Amino acid sequence: MALRAGVTFVKLNSLRQATRLLSTHTRPDVCQNGGTSEFPGAKAPYVNEIKFLNENSYDPIPIYRVMDSNGRIIDSREEPNIDKESLINMYRNMIQLNQMDKILYESQRQGRISFYMTNYGEEGIHMGSAAALSPRDLVFAQYREVGVLLHRGITVSELVNQCYGNCEDPGKGRQMPVHYGSKQHNIVTISSPLATQLPQAVGAAYALKRMPNNDRCVICYFGEGAASEGDAHAAFNFAATLDCPIILMCRNNGYAISTPSSEQYRGDGIAARGPAFGLHTIRVDGTDTLAVYRAVASARDLAVSNKPVLIEAMSYRVGHHSTSDDSSAYRSVEEIQKWAKDESPVQKLRLYLEGKGYWDAEAETQCVKEARDTVVRAMQDAEKKKLPHWKEMLEDVYYDMPPKLQKQMKQMEKHLEKYQEHYPLNKYLNE
Amino acid sequence: MALKSTPVLFGLLTRLSRRTFSTSKALASKPVTVRDALNQALDEEMARDETVFLLGEEVAQYDGAYKVSRGLWKKYGDKRVIDTPITEAGFAGIAVGAAFAGLRPVCEFMTFNFSMQAIDHVINSAAKTFYMSAGAVPVPVVFRGPNGAAAGVAAQHSQCFGAWYSHCPGLKVLMPYSSEDAKGLLKAAIRDPDPVVFLEDEILYGVPFAMSDEALADDFVLPIGKAKVERAGQHVTLVCAGKATDTALQAANQLAGEGIECEVINLRSLRPLDFDTIAQSVAKTHHLVTVEQGWPQSGIGAEICARVMESPAFFELDAPAWRVSGADVPMPYARSLETLALPRPPDVAAAVRAVLANRGECFMHTPCLGEGTVVMWDSLPEWEHTH
Ligand SMILES: Cc1ncc(C[n+]2csc(CCOP(=O)(O)OP(=O)(O)O)c2C)c(N)n1
Ligand SMILES: [Mg+2]
Repeated sequence: MALRAGVTFVKLNSLRQATRLLSTHTRPDVCQNGGTSEFPGAKAPYVNEIKFLNENSYDPIPIYRVMDSNGRIIDSREEPNIDKESLINMYRNMIQLNQMDKILYESQRQGRISFYMTNYGEEGIHMGSAAALSPRDLVFAQYREVGVLLHRGITVSELVNQCYGNCEDPGKGRQMPVHYGSKQHNIVTISSPLATQLPQAVGAAYALKRMPNNDRCVICYFGEGAASEGDAHAAFNFAATLDCPIILMCRNNGYAISTPSSEQYRGDGIAARGPAFGLHTIRVDGTDTLAVYRAVASARDLAVSNKPVLIEAMSYRVGHHSTSDDSSAYRSVEEIQKWAKDESPVQKLRLYLEGKGYWDAEAETQCVKEARDTVVRAMQDAEKKKLPHWKEMLEDVYYDMPPKLQKQMKQMEKHLEKYQEHYPLNKYLNE
Repeated sequence: MALKSTPVLFGLLTRLSRRTFSTSKALASKPVTVRDALNQALDEEMARDETVFLLGEEVAQYDGAYKVSRGLWKKYGDKRVIDTPITEAGFAGIAVGAAFAGLRPVCEFMTFNFSMQAIDHVINSAAKTFYMSAGAVPVPVVFRGPNGAAAGVAAQHSQCFGAWYSHCPGLKVLMPYSSEDAKGLLKAAIRDPDPVVFLEDEILYGVPFAMSDEALADDFVLPIGKAKVERAGQHVTLVCAGKATDTALQAANQLAGEGIECEVINLRSLRPLDFDTIAQSVAKTHHLVTVEQGWPQSGIGAEICARVMESPAFFELDAPAWRVSGADVPMPYARSLETLALPRPPDVAAAVRAVLANRGECFMHTPCLGEGTVVMWDSLPEWEHTH
């Protein structure tokens, strides 16, 4: 690859069936005068000159955009064909997500839940990708992809109940806040150790591939920080060598807690690794919801025909890493402001909608109010709900409960019967 | 970037001057948090030995996820305090390699839960290379970070790896409880020629403990493999380490009011294990209860009980030994259940009462009470009411 004059990184099947090629050029112009090798490990031309490649050997991988910062379409041929209702739904979900983040973040500050993470700045990646997928596609998330869950139809109540760990938390109150999951919505439960979802997602994609007439794919979200884990590289390699129906979706938001991406890696970001691993690769502006939509829709076409794709969606983590972090210790307010205001994915989509006459200030006010009310109501309800049955603590450790745990359960049952007044049993569900 | 070196330096100077002026130990004893004690240990060892360096996620600019390395990057710079990408297997391997090459790396895991990503380097390389190189390549590395249950972070962030690591020959495994432990043991770990796994506790970081003049001095080092009797007593021996020491001490306080005197042994070191101190105590009290946060099976308590069985200490026992441990389930998230899944002082007190009363029938039915505090829910008030 390095020895060719032009390198095709990405093939985009346009929705209008026009085929476009994005290409970047390699800098080293290597003369090809010695024929081509037949080594099993590389079929490459011979040269007679020592030439090392480095991170400047290639132009930076370009960033695909559809809109400018004012929500105006740059090239009308690239505007995706999304109907009005779907567009408005995507935007409403963004507002819902923002309101939920705002209120739940506060609720952690007030000690109502133990932990929370916000999604500000990455709404475009969530909505653009979720809208381009089939609801049957399997999602492996990292933790900062809640918009995808909202788009799949998971309700604010379900999410809030998870954070509160009450009896209506589908996870039975076992996981920390924001570790959502929903088998029904094809969303694999979030796991804390970073990047473990990556090889697991490839494994799931491999399983899908084995099903006859498969028309599903897996999308696996991960941060640029998580991409440093060995698991990420294993996943890239297996996705490629097993020809898996998978979209590896990197959210490059510039930070991993306090570590800026400049200290996380060298070279041209995460996207540059894609072609090296044999993955179809594209880099996209993650603050441009329409661009993400287009990229993921095209990627999905490739993925379902067993061509694995790596997408690097560029964005900025506008909020603190989590409720345990204070990002003012390592970045300036000006830096945050630029991304929160001028490059806000929410604002860009709103301007686009306004330009089309789908949205106005009144709709905005109304939507924000509704979104806020929904969260406040969900929270008030969540606080009133009982905790999961105490027996849940001993359930699901094994598929069949071993005698040892059965015995403990019975002892506890007897005990609680006898001394119920000593326990806050009314807080727990019974039966 | 927050530049926090000035307060650290200032704190150090005040400590130094206070030490100079203090004459009596009691007067000088001052409260220091476990976090500050660890910070002091790192600072002193880095000042003492140029080959000592710290690496891990967020340890430099950000002062560490739990602020244990506060001020060290400012003081020692990029060469000695290194922020790494999020690759535990990578930086643990780099630490091991640097130790092969003669440096003394201190490798911080943001929490020991994430050391699972790197465990091959710890067990297959750090622990075995000295042996496999026929003694030619020592591996003086320290792996440290918070271990065990934190608060409200559920199954994947709340577990004790004490038993895991202490299983492995070639490693030394330390589990400090107080500030004195933290400082003296970390300094010992850094100076030790063998790889040391140093298991801290997030909940204890912010807890202040009185530190003596002696412990505040920069030549204060504790011996590895020596337990500390935290409280003397003649009725029953409680063996514990780390945060469980706090649980045992609280239980001992409670029991003292009932005329039961517990001897509380803070192990400090899980490997090597100071069995002599345990045996001596058992010879005096004739009763043994172990307390740990980890799961019961193949745990620290299991090891201690087995060693008692295999030694003359067995004949000193007037009743079988009992284990109090974490419940045998992944850590639940709900606060109420989390509390109950970990040993609490009343659980320990109940175990002590039962052992002292030698209620054979109870442990015949529940051969290891340590199978969780869950068992305790049944046993606890019943004993209180019926006996
Ligand atoms: C194996 C592992 N190591 C460390 C952590 C602690 N940790 C949680 S999130 C995080 C930063 C991840 O950054 P990135 O992947 O860029 O995602 P972002 O938070 O920016 O969305 C770290 C280091 C972890 N959860 N798992
Ligand atoms: Mg990131």
